[in-house]
Amino acid sequence: MSSTTAPRAAAGTRRRRRGPRTWLAALPLLAFTGLCFGLPLGAMAHGAVTRTDPASGATLVTGEHLARSLQGPYLGSLVGSVQLSALTALVGGVLGVVIAQAVVTSRSAGLRSAALTASGVLANFGGVPLAFAFIATVGISGVVTQLADLTDLGWNLYSFTGLTMVYLYFLIPLMVLVIAPALDGLRPQWREAAQSSGATGAQFWRHVGLPVLAPSLLGGFVLLFGTAFAAHATAAALVGGSVPLVTLKIADALSGNVLTGQENVALALGLDMILIAALVMAVYLPLQRRSARWLR
Amino acid sequence: MLSSSARRGAAVLLSAAVLTTLSACGAAPDQKSGGADGAKNGVQPGAATSVADFGSLEALAAAAQKEGELNVIALPPDWANYGEIIKAFEAKYKIKVNSENPDASSADEIAAVKSRKGQKRAPDVLDLGIAFARSGAAENLFAPYKVTAWDKIPAAQKDADGRWTNDYGGYVSIGCDAARIPTCPQTFADLLKPEYKGKVALNGNPTKSGSAFGGVYAAALANKGSFADIQPGIDFFGQLKKSGNFLPVESTPATVEKGETPISIDWDYLNAGYADQFKGKGVDWKVAVPTDGVYAQYYSQAINKEAPNPAAARLWLEFLYSAEGQNLWLKGYARPVLLPGMTQDGTADKAAVAKLPQVQGTPAFPASEELDKAKATLAEKWDKALS
Repeated sequence: MSSTTAPRAAAGTRRRRRGPRTWLAALPLLAFTGLCFGLPLGAMAHGAVTRTDPASGATLVTGEHLARSLQGPYLGSLVGSVQLSALTALVGGVLGVVIAQAVVTSRSAGLRSAALTASGVLANFGGVPLAFAFIATVGISGVVTQLADLTDLGWNLYSFTGLTMVYLYFLIPLMVLVIAPALDGLRPQWREAAQSSGATGAQFWRHVGLPVLAPSLLGGFVLLFGTAFAAHATAAALVGGSVPLVTLKIADALSGNVLTGQENVALALGLDMILIAALVMAVYLPLQRRSARWLR
Repeated sequence: MLSSSARRGAAVLLSAAVLTTLSACGAAPDQKSGGADGAKNGVQPGAATSVADFGSLEALAAAAQKEGELNVIALPPDWANYGEIIKAFEAKYKIKVNSENPDASSADEIAAVKSRKGQKRAPDVLDLGIAFARSGAAENLFAPYKVTAWDKIPAAQKDADGRWTNDYGGYVSIGCDAARIPTCPQTFADLLKPEYKGKVALNGNPTKSGSAFGGVYAAALANKGSFADIQPGIDFFGQLKKSGNFLPVESTPATVEKGETPISIDWDYLNAGYADQFKGKGVDWKVAVPTDGVYAQYYSQAINKEAPNPAAARLWLEFLYSAEGQNLWLKGYARPVLLPGMTQDGTADKAAVAKLPQVQGTPAFPASEELDKAKATLAEKWDKALS
């Protein structure tokens, strides 16, 4: 994002220095990452592929937890989570860009700062409070539901559709926040140049605007996908077990009052989540590198 | 997890070393050996299996007071009157109760016992769902201890070695807001009536919440199922979902007060507690134990084998199984395990007994294997039935 605004000349002349000293400077960060991400990841991977016999305390390597995490209801929850996250990230991404573009191009500085501040607040308004806000307004006995007879129109908050609506409530502001700086980077001169060469608005977007924005748009989509994929509290309060989601399944297995001895399956599910996130990133990175060419 | 496999490689060894250093500076195990100052006959408080090992209840209380603290976990103050029980214990014995994470689950409790081995902050006593009491005993996490009232507890409700003992429980019941629902449902069969569309909730997801699991079990019993066969219960909720009667919101005190869960299947002591709590707030909460699906379940007490305050842990159990402790549960509408005997010898709080929802007959309990099978079936089939 920031590279779109970086002066062209500087990018050409500045040399990147690679050497032992740059590595040294990154050492604290690497140590931190290794400790705070590496250790839990290692413990999770270890737990996902081993089984400890309660009686003897012996630990065996086994693939049964990973296999179970990809079967039956566990597989269903992974699929459900991916569907919900992809849908909400797509819809949230598109709406977020439209709103951000409207805010960025409006001449009112007040609107701009108000919209961005509100987005900052709303993007972090998730979890149980959000769920209850929705329950109170459009739940079964919610204020709006009662006034507008939404139930007769087939509205049901406690469903896949309802959950999508609630997720969009914090995903759209998040997209506005991350995409607004990139939209700022689309310089008006480019548009003027395109117009003076006889391009229509659609042509400008097709050949200039979208290619330049593509990395940021993709980055936004990946961020939204990840946020929706990892969300737990909102869904837990709203739909309980009736919409299968992987985060809810992990919670069931890890900290429940019913199922015993499922901890390792939960760890295997966590590993599956990381793999899916890595896959999404793997699609995003080469695409981003490709489209970043236009920014040089 | 890490230490057992440390020999596998240097990398694992290194991370284990880091972990050990981290936890070592966190909390050093507190040395509170009983020996001369606590138990009689040279028995350490941590090895005492009954009050006789201390000589008397007074000696046990003295040893506990020397420790001065008791770590409890997962005891919500608004659940079965635990708030008052803790206060009464603190006042009676002048021992400070450190209540950690009141809303934790049984799985969290077991995890805390395992991860805080040897630490001063480890929980001393545990209040567990029956499956976790059994699996924890199998993993050798609990200290055997038989309370004074041991002989009065039915054999089906305790571990033969005293590693866990049932303490309080209740029946699956149907709570209903009579201010919003003209006729309250009395049985599981009633719940299928069209008038309850979008109104029937559970207290949680049955693969996670013990009371919701009890609800499915009871529904199975109401629909020609048995302890060995929970499938009819799952089918029943599938049918409720199809007819639109099932409401996926998990009922909590907040949703009950707001009227968001006008009918809630939950333990009778929680439902009866709501009736009290929300009287005069526009909620007229009625409780019925369905006659077609009678299912009772008790929670169990256990002592952490490596409790940092072993005498206080044992004193806490003696307090819970005394007439005073049992009556405090009764006040919270829970049915204490010693209730039958206490009704006979007149020590039960008669006013509190009279306020309990009415139930016919004596409860039966599923065997360990039946329970395991029911849970496996539920984990496998619940999602499909509800989606």
